[in-house]
Amino acid sequence: MGKLFALLVAVIAIVSTAFFVMHTWWMPPDVSVLGEGIDHQLLETMTASGVLFVAAQLTLAFFVWRFAGNDPARPIKSFPGGPTPMVVIATVLVGIEVVTLSLVGSKVWAGMYLTPADPASLQIDVQAEQFAYYFRYAGPDGKFGGLHPDLIDEGSSNFFGLDPANDTTARDDIVSSSLVVPVNKPVLLNMHAKDVGHSFYVPALRIQQDFVPGLVIPLHFTATTPGKYEIVCTQLCGLGHYNMRAFLEVKSQADYDQWLKDQANQ
Amino acid sequence: MTHVRETKAKIAELKREAPASFLRRYVFSLDHKVIGKQYLGLALVAVTVGMILSWLMRLHLGYPKLAIPGLSTLYPSGAAGGVMTPELYLSLMTMHGTIMVFFVLTTAPFAGFGNYFLPIQVGAEDMAFPRFNMMSFWVTFVAFLVLLAAFFVPEGAPLSGWTAYAPLSAVGKDAGPGQGLGQTLWGLSIAIFCIGQLLGSLNFIATTLDLRTKGMTLGRMPYSTWAWFITSVIGLIAFAVLLPACILLVLDRVAGTSFFIPAGLVISDRLQPHAGGSPLLWQHLFWFFGHPEVYIAILPGFGIVSHILAAHIRKPLLGPRVLIGCMAAIGFLSYVVWGHHMFLSGMNPFSAMLFSVPTLIITIPATIATLLWIGSLYGAKLRFTAASLFCLGFISVFVSGGISGFFLAQPSIDIYLHGTYFVVGHFHFVMGVAAMFGIFAATYFWFPKMFGRFMNETLGKWHFALTLIGVYGIFMPMHYLGLAGNVRRYSAFTDDYMQSAQPLHQFITIAALFTGAVQLLFFINLIWSRFRGPAAPDNPWEATTLEWTTTTPPPPNNFGDTHPIVYRGPDEYGVKGPNGDYLMQTDPAGA
Repeated sequence: MGKLFALLVAVIAIVSTAFFVMHTWWMPPDVSVLGEGIDHQLLETMTASGVLFVAAQLTLAFFVWRFAGNDPARPIKSFPGGPTPMVVIATVLVGIEVVTLSLVGSKVWAGMYLTPADPASLQIDVQAEQFAYYFRYAGPDGKFGGLHPDLIDEGSSNFFGLDPANDTTARDDIVSSSLVVPVNKPVLLNMHAKDVGHSFYVPALRIQQDFVPGLVIPLHFTATTPGKYEIVCTQLCGLGHYNMRAFLEVKSQADYDQWLKDQANQ
Repeated sequence: MTHVRETKAKIAELKREAPASFLRRYVFSLDHKVIGKQYLGLALVAVTVGMILSWLMRLHLGYPKLAIPGLSTLYPSGAAGGVMTPELYLSLMTMHGTIMVFFVLTTAPFAGFGNYFLPIQVGAEDMAFPRFNMMSFWVTFVAFLVLLAAFFVPEGAPLSGWTAYAPLSAVGKDAGPGQGLGQTLWGLSIAIFCIGQLLGSLNFIATTLDLRTKGMTLGRMPYSTWAWFITSVIGLIAFAVLLPACILLVLDRVAGTSFFIPAGLVISDRLQPHAGGSPLLWQHLFWFFGHPEVYIAILPGFGIVSHILAAHIRKPLLGPRVLIGCMAAIGFLSYVVWGHHMFLSGMNPFSAMLFSVPTLIITIPATIATLLWIGSLYGAKLRFTAASLFCLGFISVFVSGGISGFFLAQPSIDIYLHGTYFVVGHFHFVMGVAAMFGIFAATYFWFPKMFGRFMNETLGKWHFALTLIGVYGIFMPMHYLGLAGNVRRYSAFTDDYMQSAQPLHQFITIAALFTGAVQLLFFINLIWSRFRGPAAPDNPWEATTLEWTTTTPPPPNNFGDTHPIVYRGPDEYGVKGPNGDYLMQTDPAGA
């Protein structure tokens, strides 16, 4: 019985670990400036905890194998040194890991959340609603029009509640259902929620942030590789949650300028 | 201490003989043993419902176009032709989470086994407040009915998840299906549930502190008693916060208040008539309860596993006081880490660091406890029963689930893994499967004492082995899905999104159906053993604690007309005693 248990646990531990090691299912390639830090942090944690995982499971399996059954010839023994080595090992090993990961990790976190966006960033307003995203660019005047929730009207595509009749800055605002950005240009999103909580998750950019109704939340990133990437909602927002997606299109500066021009002319 | 003496005298009077009427004996019983069984019965019904819901969800996730036979009859509006709608999927998910967390993982290991065995293990005749105890169960039962009623209301069961984030859960019908009466019933049900658990926690604390028998010092209490005691302290604070939070949520829904709803929301083309509330307030209140709740589910498992393991390795556990200290430390730390559920919620990003550090520090007592269990096996004379196997399995799955917590505790990694299946795999391992393994171990171990009959060991061992394979087959792949960026709470993966992960989803579905089918072995074993199992002696496992000193099953007042006197701690294994290699807590010899 002990041997069966030991084998079962050992096989489970090794097979589980193998898929992580082989990267059978893994993160999509990173296309952002700050993503590298996150990937690095994840890999460090993966290595450290992978070693602990395998060691713990195999020790459990080995002890069960070795100390099974009531053999009268084998006297009962206590772990050498009693509980002290356990406490010391756990506190020191895990303690060092906690301190190291916290220090390195907080730098990564700070780079994304505590560092203000580059002042030259391209500013884009995002409106999340059941079950779509809309992205607003300031247009040629470089100014965003004011928001008036009472003017929001899906029928006339006034997703943000703009007031072009009275507000001159709102007249040239460009609203798109895809997020189009130039490559290697810092982008600052100002995130608004129209109705309930949503989230903005772009696995390829290694960014994720909730939309909170009533708050405007800044989020910045710089995309490094042109291409089309998925934006998905990760905050349960109602029946259409599974279908709340949009695309991030990273274009060369020239293509982006052309796209913006086309949008302005529409 | 006069109030304690008076309480003891009142309980002794109450318990002198079993009540004559059927109602008092089996339904509105004041006996903690009956109440414990009632809680376990409720948990068994709840877990069956919860598991069936998870099968339906898994079937749909693995095979989105599959028509599930019978589903259209059950749910004509939600599953025309047998294929479930996204809103039905979400309500099944919400009800699965709510039922499992509240009515299974809280009721079975804590309220169920705790009720039955805590008073016996401390040598008391009953709980300190038997009437509160009865009320605690019946209030919980009402809460369960109210929750189930949400399935049958016109707008359907709630679909905002077991976390019920506002404003989706707070604004009412405008927010779509499932946001009508069903969501209100959800809020009411959880509020009622909180009242039941507050009464239960009070009882556990008072009983542990005041009703211990002569010689039962705090230091001599079994691990399980310690775990239930610590859990009840956590519960007393946690449910006391969730109760008002749920009341505020219901008020937002029915009374026009705006605790969780800010101004300017446009939902279903209607500007909502609310202003001034904060969605983040709900998240703070919910997780201030929600994180300790994880420990309410798992700490009884710590105690149960330690308690059962000691009897099966035939020697004392390594570092008993350190182990209890770890449980207390985890209990304390559980109150300062709730923000790690909210790293990306829009709260001040500085606080993410503040919440991350204590979360990572929790891994230290958790690691110590795990090492103590594994180290205790060294040099043991390990006996294999279904109960001990589930304890060993508990250690394995607790390690697996605990280690993935190391990723999620770091805000920088959470940016990528938050909201993905990595989280689903993590919490199912650590609070779902580990806690369930604790429940299974407790059932196989204590069934003979509760019903006077053994469960079938062969079936039990098969149940263990197949369940272990099954749960790893379900929850380990979820970590891979999460790494690949697969988002949770999606009823289907549209177009090309995550199509590459579909075979893995199908594998998980098959593993889930397999694991569910294996649980039939447990049900059959339960029913068969209840009536046909071989008769059990008073102390079948040669264990040391007080529940094994009394008859099987125990008399109404637990110890007949005597009061047990305790001479030693619960860890006297591997010593020479009158009946074998152990000394019971009541054995005076060798004192």
